[in-house]
Amino acid sequence: MSVSTPTPPGRSRGTGSGSGGAIVHRTRRTAELMLLILALAIGVGAYAIVGLAREGSIPADIVVYGGGLTALAVAAHVVRRFFAPYADPVLLPIAVALNGIGLAMIQRIDMSLEASDSPFGPFGPSQLLWSAVGVALFCAVLVVIRDHRRLQTLTYTWGLVGLGLLILPLLPGIGVNINGSRIWISMLGFSFQPGEIAKVCLVVFFAGYLVVNRDALALAGKRFLGIDFPRGRDLGPILVAWAASLGILVFQRDLGSSLLFFGIFVVLLYVSTERPGWLFLGGGMFLGGAYAGYYLFGHVRNRVEGWLDPFGDIDTYAQIVQAQYGLAWGSLLGRGLGEGSPTLVSYAWSDFIATALGEELGLTGLMAIILLYAFIVERGLRTALICRDAFGKLLAVGLAVSLALQVFVVIGGVTRLIPLTGLTTPFLSAGGSSLVANWAIIALLLRISDHARRPPPEVWAPEPDDATQVVKLR
Amino acid sequence: MNRPIRLMSVGCILLFLALLLNVNYVQAWQSDELNDQAANTRARDAEFSRERGPILVADDPIAESRPVDDTYQFQRRYNQPLIYAHLTGFFSYRYDKTGVELTENDFLSGDDPRLLVNRIIDLVTNEEPQGGSALLTIDRVAQQAAFGGLMDLPANAKGAVVALRPDTGEILAMSSVPTYDPNLIATHNFKQGAGNWRSLNNNPAQPMFNRAIQGRYPPGSTFKLVTSAAALSSGQYTPDTGVTGTAVLDLPQTDLVLRNHTGGSCGAEEITLTQALAVSCNTAFGSVGMDLGPGALADQAERFGFGQDVLDDLPSDAESVFPRNADQPQTGYSAIGQFDVATTPLQMAMVAAGIANDGLVMKPYLISELRSPDLDTVEEADPQELSEAVTPEVAEQLQQMMVEVTNNGTGESAQIEGIEVGSKTGTAERSSEQHPYAWFVSFAPVEDPQVAVAVFVEDANVPRSEITGGGLAGPIARAVMEAVINQ
Repeated sequence: MSVSTPTPPGRSRGTGSGSGGAIVHRTRRTAELMLLILALAIGVGAYAIVGLAREGSIPADIVVYGGGLTALAVAAHVVRRFFAPYADPVLLPIAVALNGIGLAMIQRIDMSLEASDSPFGPFGPSQLLWSAVGVALFCAVLVVIRDHRRLQTLTYTWGLVGLGLLILPLLPGIGVNINGSRIWISMLGFSFQPGEIAKVCLVVFFAGYLVVNRDALALAGKRFLGIDFPRGRDLGPILVAWAASLGILVFQRDLGSSLLFFGIFVVLLYVSTERPGWLFLGGGMFLGGAYAGYYLFGHVRNRVEGWLDPFGDIDTYAQIVQAQYGLAWGSLLGRGLGEGSPTLVSYAWSDFIATALGEELGLTGLMAIILLYAFIVERGLRTALICRDAFGKLLAVGLAVSLALQVFVVIGGVTRLIPLTGLTTPFLSAGGSSLVANWAIIALLLRISDHARRPPPEVWAPEPDDATQVVKLR
Repeated sequence: MNRPIRLMSVGCILLFLALLLNVNYVQAWQSDELNDQAANTRARDAEFSRERGPILVADDPIAESRPVDDTYQFQRRYNQPLIYAHLTGFFSYRYDKTGVELTENDFLSGDDPRLLVNRIIDLVTNEEPQGGSALLTIDRVAQQAAFGGLMDLPANAKGAVVALRPDTGEILAMSSVPTYDPNLIATHNFKQGAGNWRSLNNNPAQPMFNRAIQGRYPPGSTFKLVTSAAALSSGQYTPDTGVTGTAVLDLPQTDLVLRNHTGGSCGAEEITLTQALAVSCNTAFGSVGMDLGPGALADQAERFGFGQDVLDDLPSDAESVFPRNADQPQTGYSAIGQFDVATTPLQMAMVAAGIANDGLVMKPYLISELRSPDLDTVEEADPQELSEAVTPEVAEQLQQMMVEVTNNGTGESAQIEGIEVGSKTGTAERSSEQHPYAWFVSFAPVEDPQVAVAVFVEDANVPRSEITGGGLAGPIARAVMEAVINQ
């Protein structure tokens, strides 16, 4: 890719004004600030409405929540102003809006749980705390990682860390079984899902690994039905990823993560090699694994049956049935925040927060939330498109696609588009690991985006009569 | 690498599109269907949390929603619960609804399309819909007289009273004892409610059973009114036609005989039809019935409302029946209201009302008016003819025969000073171990009938000889008639 050329990159396609006709991205920092104010208004307003609906008054601790959320948003904005001035202006406001909506909904669910003397909750205080930790990590990533390419130097370290985190819940002593899945660890009174962090580490690892090995993996093998399939000897990596995903399914009984990790790997394999054969191969392996899983594991079968006909056995599939009722009850405009019965669905504060929002904000609100995710993903992929280095491209694609897959799997699951698999809803679900991991993802996307949108360095010829030119390599 | 990235971008858009389409399908397309599912408690919870409209008698709410400080915000309260239990029914969380709470549910809850204007305003202002109110046709004084009369019966007596306005079909009073307190079931303390529900259901006296419309009993001698109507309508009989008055009527094809209540004759070997009704002569009506045949009796009964679901304003009312295919001796028994004849007290009140209203039976109704939350009248009841039971001429003959029962026959207990009353008693035999049923039907005043009553008493714990329609049931009928006339 890096070829010495007298024309600076981008100039050939340049349409914008500015020196030399190259695209000069504006920083759009003020636009981001305006969007942030809007996002904060949504989050804090939602919490005020919750209080008004449930208790007839604006909650007293809105100072804590509103102030806390505002402080976090301002901190994130300031850090990104100084350390990533050219980064995409839309990602941070969307993350703040989603985090705020999630906080308001979790507070609202806390009130219902408390009213019914539920053994669960409250989740609000810790969610605010974890939001702070998430934003702190966001800032740390932007401050510490000045150039995302430095991550590539530690490719295999990230891989090992990711793998270690994945295996952690299986260790006796710290790993705990919750609802049949062994994906949690419990330490110092906190429970944590290391798989969420592992996801980010593994995306970094996949990007770094594939950027180096993609040339070999791109070699064509047998051609079948017009598609070039890879050579047999290159199948090692995908087989390892497949086996690891099946391992997650078997030992941790975590259908969602299993699907997510394999999906990200296959997509990155395809993007890095530009060989659609990998997609078909991966798709086939997924179907094979899913088919085997259906026949071998009762919990997989349950999920499929609960998806096909939950109303046939309302007691067994109460959660998905109640979620459907909640969505229907919300209908077009929703019951209004605080006016529905989201706690009829178990785990409304985590996996099923999307249906809780669908009940109270209605079809309109739920569609808006889905679109917010779509914006994050498309902005992420856009970043990948304009990014100038292969590692950055792959990393951005991996992060964006991981979010898309996760949102699809969890919202699709709880709204009965696909069988239910347990995954958290990014930024909305109560749960520290998920929040922290997703804030890190946004930070990494901003970092890549800042790098990609930064004006290219000036290229100049030291002396017009010199035979050679100095070109800064991309 | 940009081509695969663009392709992935399209792929992600498709994933999000699928999510959007799916939530549209569930929340917009399937919404109503899912909300209507029985297992869906959300719709029920919301209905339960609404300010439901009151059920009114005159201007008194006999059922109303009062604000309470619990999950459901409003508690349904039944004022004077024992008197009106079988009319209001109850509105409960676990045991659904009964009575007017059920039949007028949409209106009381505010879902009725006739309240649409209010609903739209509610939607815009984001208020929970407020229900409309239902005004009953009940006359408070008559209802109290009916209930009081039944409660004054000897201990453990069961029974029912129905009073109708003959020219409209308005139900002026409807009472059934034993009764119950619907508040016990409507309580938001679900555990207590469940216990109350069980004990009421296990009570052998069946307090929640509305005997006035759900119970079917042999009408005994009160059915002789129908037999008389059939006889006069046939053209073969007049009130003065001579009929048998013997002590014993031999039933053909069997060894059975029909005897009179007193055991003796009805005064003479041959008496007039009027005299036969006045003394309630079994042998006379047995033979008249066999003469007319079961078909003619059944036709006449159906013209009074037998075999029809006559009441729309309360749920699960029973149809009265007459055995159309009875053989000769069975017809003899049927003609005096025994064998397989079974009627509701409401049906017998309709017989009296039809006779009082010159032969025209009006369809009985309980809801006189539906009002919006702003107290505007949304719908007013429109009296409807059910059928013409007899011609006005036959009706007048029957009226005079019934006056004779009051003045010179078994119905003396219904006499009201200065007012002409038409009546008929009945005592329906069951097995020798069981107490007979006592009946009384009447109407007054004869020249301008304002009220027709049927009183039914079951299991009055008094010596067998004292159980007659006139003795137990007559005074209650008189009290109810006086309550209506004296207003």
